[in-house]
Amino acid sequence: MRGHDHRPKQPDLEDLPYTWHMALTDALADLLMAKGIFGADELRATLETIDQATPAQGTRLVARAWVDPAFRARLLEDVNAAAAELGIDAGAIPIRAVADTPEVHNVVVCTLCSCYPRFLLGPPPDWYKQRAYRSRVVREPRAVLAEFGLVLPDEIRIEVHDSTAELRYMVLPMRPEGTAHMDEEALAALVTRDCLIGTALPRAPQRA
Amino acid sequence: MGGLPAGPVERHEHEPLPWEKKVDAILRLLVGKGVMTLDELRRGIEELGPGAYDELSYFERWISSIANVLLEKGVVTPRELGEAMERVRARRAAAEALR
Repeated sequence: MRGHDHRPKQPDLEDLPYTWHMALTDALADLLMAKGIFGADELRATLETIDQATPAQGTRLVARAWVDPAFRARLLEDVNAAAAELGIDAGAIPIRAVADTPEVHNVVVCTLCSCYPRFLLGPPPDWYKQRAYRSRVVREPRAVLAEFGLVLPDEIRIEVHDSTAELRYMVLPMRPEGTAHMDEEALAALVTRDCLIGTALPRAPQRA
Repeated sequence: MGGLPAGPVERHEHEPLPWEKKVDAILRLLVGKGVMTLDELRRGIEELGPGAYDELSYFERWISSIANVLLEKGVVTPRELGEAMERVRARRAAAEALR
């Protein structure tokens, strides 16, 4: 997704200063394992799960919903159950899909903290967790979306969904025009993480 | 903070660092095992005070809150935690001495 970024390589672990909070993290992990609250194997497995969650899981759901109206209906009914059909574990917290229409565009935020469908999308981007996005998108969503390069016509209503610890959201964007010839896999590639948050729209590929 | 005035959204992103993923994993395990809840995490973050929002990074706030909640519940004691901190730091120093 960001394959063409030329950001500096992550420094080697040993080169990072060992901060007080890093020591606290290691100390707590050691202590909780010593007390048998969780095992080293469980910690390792959880870290692997965290690494494996990527937006690809969410984009597969969108592409399937675009090609299969019955699946779309089930997705809107119960995201977690629909994801399980595709072998995707969407986690224990219910996720609700909010569908864009020609009249309504949806965008997701967590004003309280950073609730996010991590199982479907991986870790949230930094901006999702920042004060600026969280405070402003509920008050002036149109302006915030424009900062993301998404300028919506005035006649489109914007609905902002505020996530909680008990309910998470994903946006189900509309299938772009000019994609009738594309298969499910190619369609999934049009959907980005930001499309599922609502700060971007999937675009049909430019024909040469 | 919904609705409060704020500046433009900064689009900078960073990949989670290994220690940040470890914080995430610890929290998931504790929540999964019913040792603490996400509401307690959030309350713990709020109790860090308004300064913490500007002084600490996202996962620094998380691990601080997790530690406070576990201390409050008596899952770990201050003394145990202090000793564990000393052990991990000594381990780190020993590893650095070998480089």
